[in-house]
Amino acid sequence: MNRMKSFFGRADAEPRLALEDDPTQTPRERLSRFIGGGWILILLLALVAVFWISRPAQFGSAYNLTMLAVNAAILLVLSVGQTFVIVSAGIDLSLGAVLVFSSVVSAQAMLWITGSPAGTFGTTPGGWDVVGVGLVVALASGAAWGAFNGLLVALARIPPLIVTLGSLGMALGLAQILTGGVDVRAVPDLLVTQIGTGTLFGIPMLVVIACVVAIVAAVVLHLTRFGLHAFAVGSNAEAARRSGVRLRLRVITIYALSGMLAGLAATMSIARFSTTTINGHAMDNLSTISAVVLGGTSLFGGIGSIIGTVIGVFIPIVLLNGFVILGIPPFWQTVAMGAVLILAVWIDQLKRRTRQGS
Amino acid sequence: MSSMPLLEARNVRRRFGQVHALDGVNFTVYPGEICALIGDNGAGKSTLVKILSGADRPDEGSILLEGREVSLATPLAAQELGIATVYQDLALAPDLAASDNLFLGREIMLPGVLGRLGFLNRREMRRRAAQQFARLSVRLRSPGVPVSALSGGQRQSVAIARAAMWADKVIFMDEPTAALGVMQTGRVLDLIRQVRDQGIAVVLISHNMSQVIEIADRVEVLRLGKRVARIDRAAASIEGLVAAMTSASAQEETLQ
Repeated sequence: MNRMKSFFGRADAEPRLALEDDPTQTPRERLSRFIGGGWILILLLALVAVFWISRPAQFGSAYNLTMLAVNAAILLVLSVGQTFVIVSAGIDLSLGAVLVFSSVVSAQAMLWITGSPAGTFGTTPGGWDVVGVGLVVALASGAAWGAFNGLLVALARIPPLIVTLGSLGMALGLAQILTGGVDVRAVPDLLVTQIGTGTLFGIPMLVVIACVVAIVAAVVLHLTRFGLHAFAVGSNAEAARRSGVRLRLRVITIYALSGMLAGLAATMSIARFSTTTINGHAMDNLSTISAVVLGGTSLFGGIGSIIGTVIGVFIPIVLLNGFVILGIPPFWQTVAMGAVLILAVWIDQLKRRTRQGS
Repeated sequence: MSSMPLLEARNVRRRFGQVHALDGVNFTVYPGEICALIGDNGAGKSTLVKILSGADRPDEGSILLEGREVSLATPLAAQELGIATVYQDLALAPDLAASDNLFLGREIMLPGVLGRLGFLNRREMRRRAAQQFARLSVRLRSPGVPVSALSGGQRQSVAIARAAMWADKVIFMDEPTAALGVMQTGRVLDLIRQVRDQGIAVVLISHNMSQVIEIADRVEVLRLGKRVARIDRAAASIEGLVAAMTSASAQEETLQ
């Protein structure tokens, strides 16, 4: 008992009762804190160290490190949205499809404004106003899909797995209907040169955008009422509702936010590839979910962090990059990722069990 | 018993189809007392508590708070009038810190622009939570500990501290010790007394007669949707309570 320099030992001169056994920190708790926090960062650092030491010239080159960051940028923006959804005990399978749909309507809108014919190939003229309209269209389209998901989850009470699986199909199908299945292959030159391949103080613009998104999201998740309510909804939705949290509104907003970030990722994607990539995002939902879960966010909701997600995004990207550099067939990356994902979920469950102490 | 009732239900009726859950029930809580509400299963305790805490509405009858008729349309409306409920299944978010749970739905924001942008004043929330726990002698390692790391008794204490933070008149507690062991039960009962000593009336619903005798200042007995007895602590015995709960007498009796 004397170990427990209790907070209230000082505040309360003569406690009439002391509530309950208070083991300050058991070995189990220390273990759970370790596997809850640090292990995935250690894994990432170990991977980087191994690849760096084996091939310092290739892996450690400025070019390679920059490419790693650029590859991570779009996935990170998607995963940030997914983090909010999973923290609130939801799941969003539609992110990749919403990205595709948003990039298609955005690219078509920009094409239409510049008056170019539908089959145009390459880049089109058009100033920041055109790019701005394209961005707004992408964000609005993403947010609309997200709100659609959120409304069905919150009001119709359909499980999010099914809702977002359905909207995945709908968004992807509608994107193919809008384009006849052929990518829109012309986007404003400005978007490609300034955003897609542009840099700010030597840092690729896409990476700058992803960093800003991650920092803002971390602040919102951990320091604001909105973030606290996201955790509360994921931890015990009924308790949150009884406490006066506007549960439905929060759920709808969280899915809309996730969708809007997919819209932003859509703009980043067309800027990077100067085309829509209708068939390139089938795995995005699983990639984001595994990044979020690897980052220590619980699939059961209530626990999570953005910094964890950032680390989680880099694991598969560093693995793939390292395998390519080491000459290991890149297919092994998929195998390694699967194993790491299972390990991550197992550790999450272990963590829950130790925390509940029984 | 001469003081003015704090909360009063008069002739409240509530039907569910053919079932008269409450059949013209009267119920009275006085300021600063622990009032046990007892009755056999189906006597209408839960329905009455739901109505008095805003979770359900009566078909007939009136509810008076400090002598004035009030409408408790929602739990939030009841909370704003100073009436709170500690639910049997602990309405806490286990992954959130105890202090965050205390303030969930009524967060303290930072002053100025940051607060309007939605930034929490966590330091102030922790400080006020620590004060509240200290006031009620609830011992936690720190108000920042997640509720999931607490024992059952501590969780119940956090739930009660939360209710006592926002209700300044009446707190309803539905079987607050049902899931607890002997030691923890004793501590929660002490906490209930402390809440009363802060001047908040406590309505305790319990099936545990010895516990009722131990802690209640007064007992109100329901049977078949009606109040059948009001018993003062001095006059209360387990046999007497059980008899009142099960007696055929429809005449309301008062033992003092």
